[in-house]
Amino acid sequence: MLSDDLKTLLDQALGEIGTADTEALEALRVSLLGKSGSVTMLLKSLGGMDPEARKAAGAGINLLKTQITDAISARRATLDEAALTTRLAAERIDVTQPPRPEPLGAIHPISRTVEEIAAIFGAMGFAIKDGPDIENDWNNFSALNIPSHHPARAMMDTFYLTGGEVLRTHTSPVQVRTMLSEPPPIRIIVPGRTFRADHDATHSPMFHQCEGLVIEEGITLGHLKGCLSDFLSAFFGVPNLPVRLRTSYFPFTEPSMEVDIGWNKKTGEIGGGTDWLEIGGSGMVHPNVLANCGIDPRRYQGFAFGVGLERITMLKHGINDLRLFYESDVRWLRHYGFSPLSPATLHEGI
Amino acid sequence: MKFSLSWLKTWLDTDASLDEISTTLSAIGLEVEDIENKAETLKPFVIAQIVEATRHPNADKLQVCRVNTGAGEVTIVCGAPNARTGLKVVMAPPGAYVPGAGITIKIGEIRGQKSEGMLTSFRELGLEGDADGIIELPEDAPVGEPYAKWAGLDEPIVEIAITPNRGDCLAVRGIARDLAAAGLGRLKPFTAPAIAASGASAITWKNEFPEAAPWVLGRTVRGVKNGQSPDWLKQRLESIGLRPINTLVDITNFFTFDLGRPLHVFDVAKLSGNALTLRRGQEDDIFLGLHGKEIKPGAEDCVIADAAGAQSLAGITGGETTGCDDATTEVFIECALFDRVRIAQTGQRTGIFSDARQRFERGIDSQILPEALDAATALVLALCGGEASEVTEAGSRPEWTREAKLRFERIRSFGGSDISAAEAVASLERLGFAVRTEDETSVTVAVPSWRNDVAQPQSLDQAPDLPGAEAAAEGAAEIEPEVDLIEEVLRLKGLDAIAPVSLRTDSVIPAPILTAKQARTALARRALAVRGLLECVTFSFADDATCALFGETPEGLRLANPIAADLNQMRPTPLVTLSQAAARNVARGFGEFGLFEVGPAYAGDRSQALVAAGLRVGETPLSALAPSRRYDALDAKADALAVLSGLGVPMDAVTTTVGSTGYYHPGQSGELRQGPKTLLARFGALHPSLCAKLDLPVGSVAFEIFLDAIPEPKRRKKSAPALPPFQPLRRDFAFLVAETTPAETVLRAAKGAERNIITNAVLFDRYQGKGVPEGQASLAIAVTLQPSEKSLTDAEIEAICAKIVAEVGKKAGATLRG
Repeated sequence: MLSDDLKTLLDQALGEIGTADTEALEALRVSLLGKSGSVTMLLKSLGGMDPEARKAAGAGINLLKTQITDAISARRATLDEAALTTRLAAERIDVTQPPRPEPLGAIHPISRTVEEIAAIFGAMGFAIKDGPDIENDWNNFSALNIPSHHPARAMMDTFYLTGGEVLRTHTSPVQVRTMLSEPPPIRIIVPGRTFRADHDATHSPMFHQCEGLVIEEGITLGHLKGCLSDFLSAFFGVPNLPVRLRTSYFPFTEPSMEVDIGWNKKTGEIGGGTDWLEIGGSGMVHPNVLANCGIDPRRYQGFAFGVGLERITMLKHGINDLRLFYESDVRWLRHYGFSPLSPATLHEGI
Repeated sequence: MKFSLSWLKTWLDTDASLDEISTTLSAIGLEVEDIENKAETLKPFVIAQIVEATRHPNADKLQVCRVNTGAGEVTIVCGAPNARTGLKVVMAPPGAYVPGAGITIKIGEIRGQKSEGMLTSFRELGLEGDADGIIELPEDAPVGEPYAKWAGLDEPIVEIAITPNRGDCLAVRGIARDLAAAGLGRLKPFTAPAIAASGASAITWKNEFPEAAPWVLGRTVRGVKNGQSPDWLKQRLESIGLRPINTLVDITNFFTFDLGRPLHVFDVAKLSGNALTLRRGQEDDIFLGLHGKEIKPGAEDCVIADAAGAQSLAGITGGETTGCDDATTEVFIECALFDRVRIAQTGQRTGIFSDARQRFERGIDSQILPEALDAATALVLALCGGEASEVTEAGSRPEWTREAKLRFERIRSFGGSDISAAEAVASLERLGFAVRTEDETSVTVAVPSWRNDVAQPQSLDQAPDLPGAEAAAEGAAEIEPEVDLIEEVLRLKGLDAIAPVSLRTDSVIPAPILTAKQARTALARRALAVRGLLECVTFSFADDATCALFGETPEGLRLANPIAADLNQMRPTPLVTLSQAAARNVARGFGEFGLFEVGPAYAGDRSQALVAAGLRVGETPLSALAPSRRYDALDAKADALAVLSGLGVPMDAVTTTVGSTGYYHPGQSGELRQGPKTLLARFGALHPSLCAKLDLPVGSVAFEIFLDAIPEPKRRKKSAPALPPFQPLRRDFAFLVAETTPAETVLRAAKGAERNIITNAVLFDRYQGKGVPEGQASLAIAVTLQPSEKSLTDAEIEAICAKIVAEVGKKAGATLRG
């Protein structure tokens, strides 16, 4: 029990503590509990008392000290809390503003298509081959059964360098290079730059082709059709995409055929509708081409095909102007470009 | 190749619809490109007659015509000089759309005179023919009838793309044959009419160049009356876009398309001497071709010459001065076989395209010359009258004994199709192949003479020093004719009969498809795109002037036949075309961006190297959080280093040398090397004068990474890393160095001072100005010490710091800043 004196003291102290700010609180603590604080002095006065009186007064004074100490702690906590709240309020930033810009670039649609093609043909056991853009006449024409007088040469609109070399008109010279450098079995694709002297809304003097070549024992036209169907279905993401072969002519294949896929001419939907769209050329490798490269056509046979990469890219992504592929308009590149963070893989989906 | 349905039906007995015919043509390899039906566009035009033509009162060159339309009389103002009283004409009534003029006819007034229609020319109708005046119809043309119907233009014209191997289908009869073989009707037989010939030909052949012209026939027809062809013949030619000229010429054109058999007619009166000589072109040969240009044949070209000189480029075009016209009374008909390779070569050399050349170079039927000549003669006699001479001939009928063998099993094992032996043989027979021998496993057939593409004489061009060349050649000789037959059987069956078979792989887990180099290319692309650059694909060529700004423009990299003057030189670096692309974007008002391309750079020896080149223009993106600043050379360096690091180049091994090639700013560029020799990359600000020339903002920065030069990273297992439990320490130093001293020298020296303990040294401040002597710079670096064995004592730390100061002092001439 507190004496009236102590009670008065306590009430006064608690009153002051309850309204003190941080500074005043510290002053109060010193004046009450400090070395010569009033409560400390009271405690010290106990030493001069007789045991009886000390016992009687001691309990009250200690109680007084405890209550004051607790009150100061509580007040300090309240004040700290308030101070933190004030500080946090002051530290507010506008989180709606954009962060420091770290814009991501983009992969060109043609590169993306090459990656996708590589992933699909990789699963079918193909390797990718490269070859030079500047070729000799033999690799680009003669070895491929296109002698110099052949009317097919006129179809190709060839660019020549002043030294007589050609800018390859197709990726097929890499077939020749491969057949000369490694024995069958051969399964390769050759994506790359090709050149023809033609420039209008639907032709570019430089464009990209992807060649495919399979030379193995026992390969038939059935494999050609199966391989193209598998590839095109995977590339366009349309299971069982209708694929049609149509008799045509290329000097380096025999028989030769155009490759059509089913689509809807009106909506542009690949695989829908009843229309057909030509997307490439193909055929069984001409016996003369095999023989020119030292492969005996009695033992080995195979097929080759070529697709225009711009064409299948335009179809897949609904791009309508060929010329913009090379224009490098930053708006177009951002619009049709692909994130570098999701490379084309079969397991992540193409 | 164009033909009308009615022309086709002169050779094909069929009930098939146009749709069936069109579908079948495409399916068997004769791709239908277009089906044109003029009946629709020509529907409004009617035959009319000018009742009276009078001068326009207010205009000298106009006439006012009263025109009988069959339904009444109208007034039409006409500007054509040939409009005259009594003329039968083609009239466009009000509301008619005139396709060749792009206008719709309205009733109006012309210089105060009412005009209720238009009298039209061929060109205005979108037809071949004289464009100088209005169409003059013959007197018997029925007034009031639709013009298209009367002119035979009201039927569909089919246009097909003939592949170079199918010369036989540059003939209506050839197309009919293929359709019949595909089951769409019956091919009508061709039998040459018997010609009652009398007397020797006034012109005889002399062949001095048999390699070029193995067999030539000809004959004269005396007493012909040339002039306009009858309507049926004119309509045939007009229907496929040919302009009728005169009967004799029209007959040759007709057979060119009907039988695929080019012919030529000479006006005997215009020839000198009585012989035509086939010979090589000579120096002084020069004549005006039918295409209106002078021809100077060379020694490899075959010409047909009379006593006065060359008059025709054999198999390609005749001469203007010896051609037939309305005054011709005696004609010499030439029917020849020319060597296809020579025709192709002469055609390429002279650049003359003609229907004759197209057929000869693809190969015509070498066996039907006499029959074709008789058919042409018969038509001349029928249309122009006269008396035919005996045939004059030089050379002889070439041998045609081609055979091909088909093993039935190969239809499956090569063609991937199930077609019975009986069906295969039947298909071949319908195409004109005659069975020589047949057993259960194979058939041997004779190749028809019109199928030059089947079982051709072997023409290999094998690589030199080829192992197995002989066996391969033998194999091709054996296999090729069979493949030809399989192709015929398959295309008639329809390629839908081929059952698709998926390619099998030996393993269900594919091996990596990319070579190390290809994988690096893909990685470089991603690394640059992650850094905010947009990938471009630009042309491999540009104009030589721009290329010259970026280095050498050797003659050997010049295009001989550029498609445009600004695309005539192979680029020495992708930066050429990338800079142009950047300038285009700047011109469009986009000034802040980064571009890159991974593509070829071409060298004078015609080799190419793969380069990842990039370019940054303008400033870093706007932001409230970081002030924008111009991109600088070190941004380009960062781009290059990001790629090199991504490709596994050890960064410690990369050194920077100061300065680079001429198109970079000499003081703001550098080169990254691995070891002293291997140049990995260049970077820097582009030279200001280059920027000015290319309309790029000054200060644009660029880099080129030479992907082929980057050594393949070693695939070694890493040793276990040291992960000492002691905390690393940082000590900062400020050094005074000459301002030209590379920071890299200071950092390398610091790092090298105590390799076992110093794990990193970073430059965090560079200062020049007050407090630093003129010509010097203060470089502040932070060095990380990583104790490995035990914590370092103060004395040990002091010793290491002293070593750093000493080493930097020695290598970089630096002093510790006081």
